[in-house]
Amino acid sequence: MAGVAVSTTINGDSVEYLCQPDETLLDVLRDRLGLTGAKEGCGTGDCGACSIILDDRLVCSCLVLGAEAEGRRVETVEGMAHGEKLHPLQQKFLEHAALQCGICTPGFLIAAKDLLAKNPDPTEEEIRFGLAGNLCRCTGYDKIVRAVQDAANVMKGA
Amino acid sequence: MNFDPRFSGRKFASVGTRPIRPDGVDKVTGRARYGADFNMAGQLVGRVLRSPHAHAIIRKIDTSKAEKLNGVKAVITAADLPDLTDGDAGMYDILDNCMARTKALYDGHAVAAVAAVDARTARQALKLIEVDYEVLPHVTDVDEAMKHTAPVLNDAVFTEGLEQKPVKPSNVAKRTQYGHGDVHQGFAQADFLVERSFKTEQTHQGYIEPHACVASVSSDGTADLWVCTQGHFVYRQHCAQLLGLEASKLRVTSSEIGGGFGGKTHVWAEPVALALSRKAGRPVKLVMTRDEVFRASGPTSATSIDVKIGARKDGTITAAEATLRYTSGPYAGMWAELGAMTAFACYKLDNVKTVGFEVLVNRPKTAAYRAPSAPMAAFAVESAVDELAKEIGIDPVDFRIRNAAQEGTRASYGPVYGPIGIGPTLEAAKHHPHMKAPLQVNQGRGMACGFWFNFGGQTCTDLNIGMDGTVSLAVGTVDVGGSRASLSLVAAEELGIDYSHVKAIVADTSSLGYNDMTDGSRGTFSSSMATISAARNAIKILRDRAAQMWDIPVDDVVWENGQALARGEKYGNLSPLSLKEIAAQSGKTGGPIAGHSELVADGAGVSFATHICDIEVDPETGATRVLRYTVIQDAGKAVHPTYVEGQYQGGAAQGIGWALNEEYIYGKDGRLQNAGFLDYRIPVCSDLPMIDTQILEIPNPNHPYGVRGVGETSIVPPLAAIANAVSNAAGVRMTHIPMSPPRILAAIDAERG
Amino acid sequence: MVEVTLWGSLAAIAGGNSKVEVEAKDIRELFRKLAEQYPGLEPWIDRGIAVSIDGTIYRDTWSKELPQDAEIFLLPRLAGG
Repeated sequence: MAGVAVSTTINGDSVEYLCQPDETLLDVLRDRLGLTGAKEGCGTGDCGACSIILDDRLVCSCLVLGAEAEGRRVETVEGMAHGEKLHPLQQKFLEHAALQCGICTPGFLIAAKDLLAKNPDPTEEEIRFGLAGNLCRCTGYDKIVRAVQDAANVMKGA
Repeated sequence: MNFDPRFSGRKFASVGTRPIRPDGVDKVTGRARYGADFNMAGQLVGRVLRSPHAHAIIRKIDTSKAEKLNGVKAVITAADLPDLTDGDAGMYDILDNCMARTKALYDGHAVAAVAAVDARTARQALKLIEVDYEVLPHVTDVDEAMKHTAPVLNDAVFTEGLEQKPVKPSNVAKRTQYGHGDVHQGFAQADFLVERSFKTEQTHQGYIEPHACVASVSSDGTADLWVCTQGHFVYRQHCAQLLGLEASKLRVTSSEIGGGFGGKTHVWAEPVALALSRKAGRPVKLVMTRDEVFRASGPTSATSIDVKIGARKDGTITAAEATLRYTSGPYAGMWAELGAMTAFACYKLDNVKTVGFEVLVNRPKTAAYRAPSAPMAAFAVESAVDELAKEIGIDPVDFRIRNAAQEGTRASYGPVYGPIGIGPTLEAAKHHPHMKAPLQVNQGRGMACGFWFNFGGQTCTDLNIGMDGTVSLAVGTVDVGGSRASLSLVAAEELGIDYSHVKAIVADTSSLGYNDMTDGSRGTFSSSMATISAARNAIKILRDRAAQMWDIPVDDVVWENGQALARGEKYGNLSPLSLKEIAAQSGKTGGPIAGHSELVADGAGVSFATHICDIEVDPETGATRVLRYTVIQDAGKAVHPTYVEGQYQGGAAQGIGWALNEEYIYGKDGRLQNAGFLDYRIPVCSDLPMIDTQILEIPNPNHPYGVRGVGETSIVPPLAAIANAVSNAAGVRMTHIPMSPPRILAAIDAERG
Repeated sequence: MVEVTLWGSLAAIAGGNSKVEVEAKDIRELFRKLAEQYPGLEPWIDRGIAVSIDGTIYRDTWSKELPQDAEIFLLPRLAGG
């Protein structure tokens, strides 16, 4: 099968790659570009571990084709920190121990970033529904919700 | 050697604080490497062909067409994994489960595997493998499988544990019994009796990371395995035995693990990946799909349980009895036995009897799931206890307090308890504000208790002091939820230095002595014991080096608060030497300073919890909502309280999912119908409230800091606590888990007539 | 001499005795003497038996001493999650 040439922007950098027409964006990120922050928990869009932001929209990268990234902007967990400085969500996830095994964490961080971009002052219920597309099996979500609340407060003050 | 594990009652500087975990930044930046995040040069993609039948004889497998496909580098069947188990029945079951030998025993059972240059070629190759099956009748239900008319899975299985050896093979692999006293006499003294039957459905641990590994076998017999596992040393032993490799030549590196909960204590794909790599002569990466994880890893048992409890008018239980039937998949296990041991462990009983039956069914091989087998037994027992309290007219908490086990009580599984925490968790529940909060219409409150043994096991730890005075700690127990943080705290505590100067890692199997896996809530319990021991060994050397630097006898040197002190008035002019100062001189005083420890961490303290929850039931639809949830549990000593809370909350959330939603649904054809997170629905963020926790600390006398395991017990009470809450809200006793809306509605309708 | 209580399945193999008396100073000697007295127990010991001494469960410390008046219980080796 002939490859598809794609030009896109990932975490602010121009990137070009060849991919198969049936290859998911998740596979491109992980296997071709070495960006393994996004995880495959299910491959069917049910767990959110592969969450990325595509042109300001939160998507499961396992449900997007690599070819569809042509001319668009992709944001992954690898782009959240600036040099040594963590994003407030990353910092608060650490402080609140909002991760145990950590496999769902990149997806939650991206989903929470998207949520706070659209709703900087969410209620607990809005956070819970906003993150309902991401599965975590370790924490019971309590500390994740608290971390997002705390990060929202920090970001409002910034 | 000569390590004294007894609780010393010391004051803590580091232990009990809540610093950020050492592996944290990597995990929030996407840098941490899990099972599927690792690659080797020239690696192939492995894929497994699985049986579509629940029960079938494999007459013939023709792999010739697949082998001829361009890009296919190896195709294997059971013939490529010859039986090297040498009469070890448990290992033979593992081998047969990794790759079916003569029969496919469940939907999803591996029958062949390929390694190819890419995923597409591997998938194509699977389609070219021709398997000739003779489909047999199957059975998936626990009660059906026990009937004489049920299809027998294994003609060589005759029920163990009966007084007379049975003449016919059966699906009941084993009968076990526990208890003491005379239950008939006890029931005769009872004024009130409750007798009920319960069922629970099969659930999966539901870790978000599928099983994944990269295997590389060289022609000289050396091999490397990168894998997500709860126990890389155990995986090494099993893989080496099944593949005929020397254990010391197989280096297993545990990746970061994306959840296990007991499900990553067992090999499935790893021997297959090694066999593929050996045949292909190249590294092979094998990652399970979510569908494969559900079909072909190790979920928990489905159960059927009968309970009978009697009590006097004054609220004293006179006798208790339970019969527990647990599925173990197609291979014998000890799951019903664990249920039989734990069922009544919370109570002080003069007359108690439990009988367990291990039942073979055409479902995947049962694996451990967090306090394995205890949640189902607790569901049945705690439901009956609640009902009995109601019949007698006693508050359910007071009823439990009255009958709670205490120090000196003979446990229902045999021994007499030392100091335990069931009474204190119940007292804490009784006085918790949650118990007094008002409830609205259609809302119910439930509570329940739970028990788990916890255990320790073989542990090996290395502590190395760098010349800059910082400490690297190499442990062999996989970190499943923050143990590197707690073990760093323990090293800092024992040495008397700051947490930030300790860095803990999980070492591979070639860098450290054998460690049992992280199961049985042992990670922090046993590795902290080994870390304390290693630190004390290092302190001996530090004292010796300080003595050299001062040129005084080592007996005159003591270690306090991270520094060596010269004891005695004659040394009044010697200022203390810090760890850092001693480390800086180590090259001139005898070389590197390290502490090593190898021990068996026995004496883990049993653990108890009491949970309280409020549930709202919609009587029109049967839908439920968890309004409030409180966990009270004894930790012995919480080394890093935030991660202890995390264990409590996570266990409760898994229990909530099990109680209300999660179940394996099999069709009449014996195939799993919901092998994905869309149809096997685990709790999401909007399903749950905050989960409040209360940590009690009743020191374990067999650990220097009083630590007990905390990981598992929190999943034991939720099934029962929620069932009691739903029963109180709906006004009808729920006896079948999960309490999905159709089941609740059916129960309400049946009650209304 | 210590008195050892066997759980149900083991008792059946030990001639139906749920309590047996053994002259043993530690767990290792206990297992050796039990295997001598009841050869049927040997495969069980190989598979793994835990020993409860006064309520504390030992799975692997075969050097653990058995106090004369201790309560000693044999239990199956446990699995965990």
